[in-house]
Amino acid sequence: MADTPPREENHEPPEDEAPVSPSDEVAAAVLERFPGTVFHESHGQPVLLVDRASWHDVAAFLRDEQRFTQCVDVTAVDHLVDAARALPPGVAGERFEVVANFVSHPRNRRIRTISQVPEGDPSVASLVDLYPGVGFPEREVFDLFGIRFEGHPDLTRILMPDDWVGFPLRKDDAPARVPVTFKGDPTPR
Amino acid sequence: MRPIRRGERAKRASSQERRASASRVSRLAASATRNLEHQTDEGAQELAPLSPEAKARELVFTGGPWPDVDDTMILNMGPQHPSTHGVLRIMMELDAETVLRAKPVIGYLHTGMEKTGEELTYVQGATNVTRMDYAAPLSNELVFSMAVERLLDVEVPPRATWIRMLMVEVNRMASHLLFQATNGMDLGAVSMMIYGWRERELALRFLEAVTGLRMNHNYIRPGGVAADLHDGWESDLLALCDQVERGVSEYAELLVDNPIWRERTVGIGVITTEQALALGATGPILRSTGFAWDLRKAQPYLAYDDVDFDVIYAQRGDTFDRFQIRLYEILESAKIVRQCVEKMPAGDFRVQDRKITPPPRARIDESMEALIHHFKLFTEGFRVPPGETYVAIESPRGEIGCYLVSDGTSKPVRMHIRGPSFSNLQSMDAMVPGCLFADAVAIVSSIDPIMGEVDR
Repeated sequence: MADTPPREENHEPPEDEAPVSPSDEVAAAVLERFPGTVFHESHGQPVLLVDRASWHDVAAFLRDEQRFTQCVDVTAVDHLVDAARALPPGVAGERFEVVANFVSHPRNRRIRTISQVPEGDPSVASLVDLYPGVGFPEREVFDLFGIRFEGHPDLTRILMPDDWVGFPLRKDDAPARVPVTFKGDPTPR
Repeated sequence: MRPIRRGERAKRASSQERRASASRVSRLAASATRNLEHQTDEGAQELAPLSPEAKARELVFTGGPWPDVDDTMILNMGPQHPSTHGVLRIMMELDAETVLRAKPVIGYLHTGMEKTGEELTYVQGATNVTRMDYAAPLSNELVFSMAVERLLDVEVPPRATWIRMLMVEVNRMASHLLFQATNGMDLGAVSMMIYGWRERELALRFLEAVTGLRMNHNYIRPGGVAADLHDGWESDLLALCDQVERGVSEYAELLVDNPIWRERTVGIGVITTEQALALGATGPILRSTGFAWDLRKAQPYLAYDDVDFDVIYAQRGDTFDRFQIRLYEILESAKIVRQCVEKMPAGDFRVQDRKITPPPRARIDESMEALIHHFKLFTEGFRVPPGETYVAIESPRGEIGCYLVSDGTSKPVRMHIRGPSFSNLQSMDAMVPGCLFADAVAIVSSIDPIMGEVDR
């Protein structure tokens, strides 16, 4: 391996630090309507970094005016230990990111919206009134990350037991042993 | 007089049988065209925009406080009930024998696989995700591998792509055959269980011959597949297709026009397109409502562009349609598999990038560097550039997606699998209200949930 020539640096420097003008027409429409939004292309997929306050409004805009018929998934990411994380210019990173993936069947396209959620107030508006199908995924995010979805009619734990303490997918919730006791078992383990 | 030898008679009988079976399959295909419309046009589906007064907003969202009145009864079905396919618990509110609403209670099989995924390298990740949807493990491996490859920006060689497509389709056949078996059992057609299992075992035998394992294969890995196909795979596959097609024609004969079967399934658990879309349902549930959406056609991945197959969809959106769609999708998968046998390209079965692919086994015995390289790859793994991506494919149960976030190390920051069963379970909200208690079993069965994927 020592005789291989050093790899040429073919990384193109970013052309300008100004917000990228979106090649995606949906993203352009959202940017026009919600000026705080930042467009970002991630491996060929359009991504909108949405302000937390307009999370619900952007989804409503996508559903009612851009014909995004389904919200296939809502999930979250904990960036606690991810120090070298690259964000597009114009976005202030917070600890949590809530991610929603939308599909438009009539237009056969996808779009992803991401919102920064601070550690101090981990909450975001629920999309259940627009897309009832996010009911389970939002409960899952609440269960595993402790992010509240305001307006969700049944925000309870879904995968973990009801009396569980902590949020397992947070980075500071380390995997550990759970003591298992059996009734009538004389030896505590 | 020449004695009649055994072999001759058997041979004649079997060739007759083959002819009969071939004509049965063609008759079946004709009846499928009659019963279900095939869709061959690409991609986009025209759909009226959702109006404010559309059904979606009126859907009753289960949950909230359950009523305190005495004239209804809350009944728990499961978590240990033979027809809940594992450890699914369904809380049902009953008025006499009518189900007013149902709430699935899940989490009994939760093992924190997404948390585990953050602890494993990208090399090890496929072993983890393959255990989620244990009836279609190759779809899980495929979606994970495709997400990793997109972050790495790696192009997979054509032979690997075709092997992947072939294996995923054999797996789809196995998964749908399992559905035929369990669905029959749930509705009392117990002989159907044996028949479905019989053909599924043949499909699993092929998967075992290629991957070494019946389930949880860890065969599709980032960069390609683990091993090339074995010698004689073509004849194995063609025999498998023949047997499965004969099996499907038997099931169709047994069930499709069976009055008891129709009585139990037609018009039961009806869901509309609007409801299915709003509730996040994908796969056969969405297609049963007259909405021909299949990611293999709409947003093609692998080599689905180069093979000819139809998207099966139906109009009524009931339990019978979901059964029928899965039945005929087996034939479509067999069609794709036959084309894979014809068109399989030669070449590498994994990408020849030494950063991702371990050296061949023979090199390890003779080269110290190869041994070190192998060791480093399997202990440390490879580094993936920072970024995030979402990849979605069509699993037998619907859209399976992988959301992957990397920070430049060899382990993902976040590995999330969007399980189709998880979202499909919610469509019970729209199907169950007003049905009889016994029909609830049929409806749960027709959703075909795999609890390993629901709970992850």
